[in-house]
Amino acid sequence: MTSWRRQGEGGWPWLAAGSVALSLLALLALLVLLGSRGLAHFWPAPVEVVTLESGERFAGQRVRQERIAGDPQVDVLYRTGNRDLDGSYWRWVGAGAIDTRRYPDDLLVLEREHWGEFLGRLVALRAAGDAVPLPAASDEAWHVLRERLTRVEALREQRRQLSEDVIAPLARRLAALRSSEALDPARQQTLTEQWEAARQRLDALDTALARDALILESVDGQRLEQPLAGVLAAWRPNAMSWVDRLLHWGRGVGRFLSEGPRAGSLEGGVWPAIFGTVMMVLLMSLIVTPFGVLAAVYLNEVARQGPLIRLVRIAVRNLAGVPSIVYGVFGLGVFVYGIGGQLDSWFFSERLPSPTFGTGGLLWASLTLALLTLPVVIVATEEGLARIPDQQREGALALGATRYEMLRRVVLPMAVPAMLTGVILAVARAAGEVAPLMLVGVARLAPQLPLDGEFPFLHLDSKFMHLGYHIYNIGFQGGDVERALPLVYASALLLVVVIVVLNLTAIFLRHHLRARHRAPER
Amino acid sequence: MSATLPSRVTSASAAVTDFASTASCFEIEGLCLAYDGKQALRNLTLRIPRQRVTAFIGPSGCGKSTLLRVLNRLHDLNEDVSRQGRVSLEGQDIHAPQVDVAELRRRVGMVFQTPNPFPMSIYDNVAFGVRLQGIKRKRVLDEIVEWALDSAALWDEVKDRLHGSAWALSGGQQQRLVIARTLAVQPDVLLLDEPASALDPISTLKIEELIRSLKSRLTLVLVTHNMQQAARVSDYTAFLQDGELVEYAATDNLFTNPRLRRTENYITGRMS
Ligand SMILES: Nc1ncnc2c1ncn2[C@@H]1O[C@H](COP(=O)(O)OP(=O)(O)OP(=O)(O)O)[C@@H](O)[C@H]1O
Ligand SMILES: [Mg+2]
Repeated sequence: MTSWRRQGEGGWPWLAAGSVALSLLALLALLVLLGSRGLAHFWPAPVEVVTLESGERFAGQRVRQERIAGDPQVDVLYRTGNRDLDGSYWRWVGAGAIDTRRYPDDLLVLEREHWGEFLGRLVALRAAGDAVPLPAASDEAWHVLRERLTRVEALREQRRQLSEDVIAPLARRLAALRSSEALDPARQQTLTEQWEAARQRLDALDTALARDALILESVDGQRLEQPLAGVLAAWRPNAMSWVDRLLHWGRGVGRFLSEGPRAGSLEGGVWPAIFGTVMMVLLMSLIVTPFGVLAAVYLNEVARQGPLIRLVRIAVRNLAGVPSIVYGVFGLGVFVYGIGGQLDSWFFSERLPSPTFGTGGLLWASLTLALLTLPVVIVATEEGLARIPDQQREGALALGATRYEMLRRVVLPMAVPAMLTGVILAVARAAGEVAPLMLVGVARLAPQLPLDGEFPFLHLDSKFMHLGYHIYNIGFQGGDVERALPLVYASALLLVVVIVVLNLTAIFLRHHLRARHRAPER
Repeated sequence: MSATLPSRVTSASAAVTDFASTASCFEIEGLCLAYDGKQALRNLTLRIPRQRVTAFIGPSGCGKSTLLRVLNRLHDLNEDVSRQGRVSLEGQDIHAPQVDVAELRRRVGMVFQTPNPFPMSIYDNVAFGVRLQGIKRKRVLDEIVEWALDSAALWDEVKDRLHGSAWALSGGQQQRLVIARTLAVQPDVLLLDEPASALDPISTLKIEELIRSLKSRLTLVLVTHNMQQAARVSDYTAFLQDGELVEYAATDNLFTNPRLRRTENYITGRMS
C-alpha cells in the first residue's frame, strides 16, 4: 500500500480503498445492529424482584435506562408482563426510588396464549378442580409443572393435527357438496357422520386439555388461576445455567422461524411471512426470466439494429428507474381490477360479489414485481448476449445450424450466467419491495400458507404475508412499540438473511455453470 | 528476380496448370457487394475448381474475407450488405429462393481466423453439426467423431480427454478441432480464412499438411497473407486488390511469371 505513494500515484488509491472500507463498515454496522437487537430478544434475561422505597414490589426484566433531558434522575424501564393483573406491560421507575433488587431462583416466567407473559411464582396445581399437592421444594414443584406441560403440549399437537388434517378438509368437502347442484344424500350422510366423529374427538381433546390449571401469585401478592392449556412455555430465568439459556434461546429462535404470529403479531413467529416472501420471489423469478430473456434475445439477436431499437433500449433502461409504487398502482388497475375482475366474471361468478382473483393475491403481486424487475433481467441478459463473440454464432451457422438452433445450442447456453446475474439483481430488488405489494395482495395476517395439500396446491389467489410488510406493520401500525421493536429488528435481520440466501443460491448456480467450461489457468 | 520468389513445394501435376480442364465447383459471375453503400467487391468473375486448393491473396481490406463469406451466405444476417451477381455451386445458384441456407452451409464449411470452439467438450464440439443433422445414436456419433478427429490429425492428442473442455486445448489444437468439427458434417467445400495466422510455425505446418491431405476429398479455398503458404499448398491463386480480381492463375504461373505489374509488386513485397 505504501508503494502507491512512492510510485507518485498521489492519494487517490487511498481514497478508493477508504471508500470500500467505509461501505463495508456501514454494512457491518447494519448487520451488527439488527443482529444484536433482534437476537437478544430471545435471550432469557434474568428477572429482578424490585422493592421500591415506598415498599411496593414488582418483578421485571430490565430493558434499558434513560435520562430525560432536564431531569437529573435516571429512569429504568422494566418489562413486567402480567398485563391481566396490572393493566400494563411495562414500568418506568426512577433509579433513585429503588430500594433493593433480588434475583430469586423460584421466579417463574410463563409465555401465555393470551395476555402475554406472566412473571411470578407457582402456588398450586389443580387437576379437574381438585388441588394437587405440590412438593415443598421449588425445584421439585418445577419438575411437576414441566411434566404437566409436556402432556399439554402433546395434546395440543394432537388437536392441531386433527383440526388441520381431518376437520378442515371435511368442512371444505361438505361446503362444496352443499353448494353443488346435484344432490347426493348418501354421500352427504357419510361426510356428516365423519364430521360428527371428528368433532367428538376434538371435544374429548379439549376436555383433556382443560383439565389442569395453575394457581399463580405475582410478587406483590395478587393471585390468578391460569389454565395450563394456555401456557405455551415456562422457564425460571434466574435458575438457568448457561447451557439452559442457550437452549432456551435456540428454541425461541426456532419458534420465531417456524410459528405463525399471535396477539397482533407481537408474539409468535413469522413463518408465514418467510414463506410468503420466498414463494412470491420464486414465482416472480419464474415469470420474469422467460419474458426478460426473450425480450433481450429479440433486442440483441433478432431486431435490426437501428434508431428504433436504440430508442426501445433506452426506454427499457429508464423503466428500471420508475418508482415501485407506480408499478403497484399499475398492478392494481390492470391486474387486480382489470384482468382479475374479468376472470371472476367468467369463471368464479358464483362466488361474486366476493372476489376471487379480483382482489390482491399472490399471483398479482408476483406479476407486478415481475414487471418491476423485467428491465433488470433484460439489461443483464442483453449485456451477456453482446459479450458473446460473433465468431461463436458464425461457427454454429457455418456448421449448418439454423438461427434458432444457433440460439438454442450456442448463444443461450453461453448467456446463462448473464441471465442468472439478471435474476440475482431482480431477486435482490423484488425481495425488498414493500410499497407495491400493499396495493396488490400482501396481508397483515394470513396464517394460511399459499401452498398446501389441497388442490390446486398453490393458491395463486390467496393473500400472503411478506417480511417487509410485516416489519412495517408491527413496527408502525401496532400499539405497543416497545414490544414490537425487538421483533422489527429480528424480522429485518431475517429479511436480509432471506435475500442473501436467495442470492447465494443463484450465485452458486451461476458459478457452477461457469466453471463447467472454463479453460484451466495457463 | 526469380530468386526472391517462393518456390513451390508440392508436386502438382502438369495438368493442373490447364485451367479449363478441371471441373468447377463454384462459378462466380459479375459479383458485386457493398456494405451500406461502400463497395467491397467489384464485378468479380471466377471459377473455383473442384478438389483443388485455391488461394486468395491480396492486401488487407481488399475483400478476401468478404468474398469467402459470400460462398456460404454468411452475409445473409447482415442487413447492410447489398449484393449483385450470380454465384453457383455445382451449377446451382446458391441465392435461389428454394435453397436451404442451413444445408448450403453444411456443404460449404468454414474455418475462421481465430479458433472458435464452442464452450463444450471436445466430443460435443465435433458432434455438434452431426447432431444438427438429426443423428443421435451414440455408436454412430462415436464413429464420426473419431473419424473427423483422425482426419484433422488430432485424434492421438485428444483421445484421452474427449469429454474435457475444448477451451482447454492449445490454439493450434483448437484450430484443428474446428476443422474436425467442420469435416464431421461431410462438407463438399472447406473455406479457410487465414486459418494459421494466429498459430506458431509447427501448428501452421500441421494445418498445411492437413490442407494438402484433404484435397483428395474436398474443394478448399484458402485466404492467406503468407505468400510462402499460398505457394506451398495451393494449386490456383487469385490476387485481389480493392475488391477487384487482378490476376488469377495456376499458383506456379502466378508466382513465377505474373502477368501484371501490380501482382508482381504485391508478391515480391514492394507494396502491400
Ligand atoms: N461488416 C462490415 N461492415 C462494413 N464494412 C465491412 C464489413 N466487413 C468488411 N468491411 C469492409 O469491406 C472491405 C473488405 O473487407 P474484408 O474483411 O473482406 O477484407 P480482407 O481482405 O479480408 O482483409 P484482411 O486481410 O485484413 O482480413 C474493407 O474495406 C472493410 O472495411
Ligand atoms: Mg479477412
